[in-house]
Amino acid sequence: MKFTLSWLKDHLDTEASLDVIAETLTRIGLEVEGIEDKAAALKPYVVAKILTAEQHPNADRLRVCSVDAGDGQPLQVVCGAPNARAGLLSVFAPPGTYVPGKNMTLSVGNIRGVESRGMLCSGAELGLGDDHDGILELPADAPVGTPYALWAGLDDPVIEINLTPNRPDCASVHGIARDLAATGIGALKPLAEPRIRGEGPCPVAVALDIPEAARDLAPHFALRRVRGVRNGSSPDWMQARLRAIGLRPINALVDITNYMTFDQGRPLHVFDAAKVAGGLTVRLAREGETLKGLDGREHALGGEMVVIADDNGVESIAGIIGGAASGCDASTTDVLIESALWNPANIAQTGRRLGVITDARYRFERGVDPASTLPGLDRATQLVLDLCGGIPSEATIAGAMPETDRVVDFPWTEVRRLAGIELSRAEMTVTLEALGFQVSGTGDRAKVLPPSWRPDIEGEADLVEEIIRIAGLDRIEPKPLAPLAGLARPTLTLIQKRTRRAKRALASRGLMEAVTWSFIPHDDAVLFGGGGADLVLANPIASELSDMRPSLVPGLLRAAQRNADRGYPDAAMFEVGQCFADDTPEGQTIRAAAVRRGTANLAGGGRHWDGTAPTVDAFQAKADAMAMLAALGVPTGGLQVVAGGPDWLHPGRLGTLQFGPKNPVGFFGEVHPRVMKALDLKGTLVAFEIVLDAIPAPKLKPTKTKGVATLSDFQPLSRDFAFVVGRDVAAGEIVKAAAGAERKLVTGVDVFDVYEGTGIPEGSKSVAIAVRLQPLERTLTDAEIEAVSARIVAEVGRKTGATLRG
Amino acid sequence: MTDLDTLERDLLAQVAAAADEASLEALRVAALGKKGSVSELLKTLGAMSPEERKQRGPLINGLRDRVQGAIAQRRDALAEAALEARLAAERIDVTLPLREAPESRGRIHPISQVIDEITAIFADMGFSVAEGPDIETDELNFTALNFPPGHPAREMHDTFFLAPDAEGKRKVLRTHTSPVQIRTMRSQTPPIRVIIPGRTYRHDSDQTHTPMFHQVEGLVIDKAANIANLKWVLEAFCKAFFEVDAVKMRFRPSFFPFTEPSAEVDIQCSRKGGEIRFGEGTDWLEILGCGMVHPNVLRNCGLDPSEVQGFAFGVGIDRIAMLKYGMPDLRPFFEADLRWIEHYGFRPLDVPSLIGGLTG
Repeated sequence: MKFTLSWLKDHLDTEASLDVIAETLTRIGLEVEGIEDKAAALKPYVVAKILTAEQHPNADRLRVCSVDAGDGQPLQVVCGAPNARAGLLSVFAPPGTYVPGKNMTLSVGNIRGVESRGMLCSGAELGLGDDHDGILELPADAPVGTPYALWAGLDDPVIEINLTPNRPDCASVHGIARDLAATGIGALKPLAEPRIRGEGPCPVAVALDIPEAARDLAPHFALRRVRGVRNGSSPDWMQARLRAIGLRPINALVDITNYMTFDQGRPLHVFDAAKVAGGLTVRLAREGETLKGLDGREHALGGEMVVIADDNGVESIAGIIGGAASGCDASTTDVLIESALWNPANIAQTGRRLGVITDARYRFERGVDPASTLPGLDRATQLVLDLCGGIPSEATIAGAMPETDRVVDFPWTEVRRLAGIELSRAEMTVTLEALGFQVSGTGDRAKVLPPSWRPDIEGEADLVEEIIRIAGLDRIEPKPLAPLAGLARPTLTLIQKRTRRAKRALASRGLMEAVTWSFIPHDDAVLFGGGGADLVLANPIASELSDMRPSLVPGLLRAAQRNADRGYPDAAMFEVGQCFADDTPEGQTIRAAAVRRGTANLAGGGRHWDGTAPTVDAFQAKADAMAMLAALGVPTGGLQVVAGGPDWLHPGRLGTLQFGPKNPVGFFGEVHPRVMKALDLKGTLVAFEIVLDAIPAPKLKPTKTKGVATLSDFQPLSRDFAFVVGRDVAAGEIVKAAAGAERKLVTGVDVFDVYEGTGIPEGSKSVAIAVRLQPLERTLTDAEIEAVSARIVAEVGRKTGATLRG
Repeated sequence: MTDLDTLERDLLAQVAAAADEASLEALRVAALGKKGSVSELLKTLGAMSPEERKQRGPLINGLRDRVQGAIAQRRDALAEAALEARLAAERIDVTLPLREAPESRGRIHPISQVIDEITAIFADMGFSVAEGPDIETDELNFTALNFPPGHPAREMHDTFFLAPDAEGKRKVLRTHTSPVQIRTMRSQTPPIRVIIPGRTYRHDSDQTHTPMFHQVEGLVIDKAANIANLKWVLEAFCKAFFEVDAVKMRFRPSFFPFTEPSAEVDIQCSRKGGEIRFGEGTDWLEILGCGMVHPNVLRNCGLDPSEVQGFAFGVGIDRIAMLKYGMPDLRPFFEADLRWIEHYGFRPLDVPSLIGGLTG
């Protein structure tokens, strides 16, 4: 919402400076977005007369002018404008002036050998428009030497406020003045209440043809004809104000409706009576009807839209835009002025469907003062009579002003209860009354009747806001929130703790935390098990950000490749974040995933004097996953690693992490070559992904004791076994069998060699393990050790078919 | 000079001349071994008369002790020399660069770090952390928060919609973390003190807007929480978060459908040389929105606005991260450029806490 200072002062009698007004506006919730003071910005520019204009001796397109800028001393100015000629009045800027349109400061110039002391200016150079055709041409009576902005009526600062959608009353200069007056910086000037004496009934009949159930769509409609008007240009003062707030003056009748819209928040419409056939009917549009609007666009109407129609069809879309066919122009002699009230939700819906944004729609969808229909019509009529002449008819009125009275039963203590400030009842009453509220009743509770122009006031909390925003929120002293009893207790949930720990654990493995988009390309989503219709955005911001991600991995893979393309091939990055299996809250999981590319090993990547890092493989991804699980305190006893997993991983180089076959928690492996190709990835990439929510919660124990540590006094010993086993047998099975053979003694099993080739039968492999034994009660005898070894060999053989390598 | 003196002189001279461990050992065997020259002399003592033994005994034993001592001393000297020689040969170039350790290379993203900072501050004031889904119903994202269907206030949010379901209902990507207020109030009994950090989405993209961003919401519901408390909480938070002793804040009345009264909060700062400093200067910077929870919202959650009351606030996490740590542009937050993460990210062991300081 924009307005000028002089416009505001039409409604507010105040001595306050522009600064004080601006500060007050922001303080009471009408935040000032900006103030444009052209008079200040254009101060050095003066009206000047070109005395002579001679051809420049060294340039065909330049002229050397002698300019009178008002001080009687002709100045020499070189000018390139084609319209620079002797006798022309234009705008002159002396050296040292900042030129906004060119973002430069003038100095005394020497142009092709001729000195130039200043510049003659175009509108564009002053930042006033786009006309680059030549310097400004002012009428012959423009006073030479006068500041241009003053002469042109630009000396009226333009204030723009950021209006919140709850305050339609302040979509008008009068409403803003009322708010300011309530703060005490000035007095609100009441609006004129002209008495229009009509010469007879309005000759155009009005019918409200709205189904009974939907009568609230068009509760009140008033129409008046004024005949014999002259619809020329509106006066300069009105044009200057409209221009200042960014509107284009059109003709007096249209300008009056625009002026009323901004001056009083009362949108109106004017029809050229000669172009209206028969009476006007307010009705719902019929499917298939169209209207060419004043915006030049053809609008297709729907059955829930309210229109004003005559015998020719639809002439105007209620509260939004008028039709071109019945609009007013210079030939208009008889005008029909419409002042009406519409339903905010219906106007909002119609405006959205048509994609039309107008100043009328803006106000009607937020709520125009329902009491303004008839006074608005009279004030507009008076302006028409003043500016265009003519003879008014009486008004034709259909419907009635809807009931808006909604008394709030207001305990004065609400201000203290909600705002924590003690204000005197007198101050609170004065504030409410200044804002137009009627306050009655004595004692602790008041009856407060909000004014008709405040549809946002519903209850006590709204009144508290009115009182404290005018009082100033800075008057509320901060008070500590009462501390909770006792010490702070840990409040993070299991998944919150896991999320935090997972991030720190992965970062401590040299991985960089990325935060990638929650939406990914549809094809990527499909490749990673997603792409369901319930997770596709209806209005993505870009076609490649279309689907809610089923996995963190595709985003990380693409990020790794982007870094590689930038010259950083050894990317190691992770993300912990939400993924989506469907559109329900239960379908959303928190996952942790990491990718490593190129030679981005745990110890580092690239070439090094201590040994060049190898290309990453699936075991790096497994190590990241296992380290993260360990950091989360997941009991790895129940965790199984089995071959197999999702089809975006290499089918021979992938594993699933699970707590039993029915509870997989994640995967690791090398990215499938076909996925690499589909995502245009190069090199080698490995990844893991774990669903943090799927990891079983730790059992709640009644005590925090860790159990007794068994520290044996006897030497541990280690025995090596080399098994020959089918190549498809998992080493993990051998380890598990060996550990299970003698649970009391075996404390660890390591695999220290895996070999296939010479000396080992085709289809088999050799797996060598070292088994650590820890005697607890006494040193083992050789015979006992032999017996344990035999049991290990037998158990491994039984479980896996392995035999000792000969 | 006796023969013993001669023998001693010879032996000591040989010990002194022994060039290495091996020749010293040979010498020891030759003198003190079973058949060594000194051992042979000792054996003669047994055949001597007591008087002779009394006279020769100490002499021969003295000889043995001195030779033994000389050998031991020489052995130590040789070992010392050998060690010196070895040490002189064993040299590394300590200036050879190491690979950087994983825990020095890895980084935590500024968003995670700032969420941890915020959590540490509010946990100290008794807030716990609540969360909710990114894909929300229209009811929870708007209607329950007092945005009536079709109301222009909904247009303050450029909403992402999912495809409509069979009944024509379409879910939205939450435009703010506020729906979790509803979820919290519907599932917990006051008193409630929660913060709600999370991802939010709006259909918007420029230097300071990305279609995905992060917010933290705060919610306090009890029987007394009012605007004075809200001001105190926000002031305490800003001082702790920006790590300054004093901060000047400006509460401007504003509008949010789900709070009444509502305010936006500006914080005073200076912007000398493109660097933002809080606690000084004359500029105002908007950092958050807040207000008393709207009675309609309380009613929508089954709470009686005459019985309970409270306040809510919402802060842009990315925005305050930019303000505190000086990132000029929001878009790189989500571009996963390793150079950016390395520069603006945090080391994994830099865990923010109030006892240790948010940034150490």
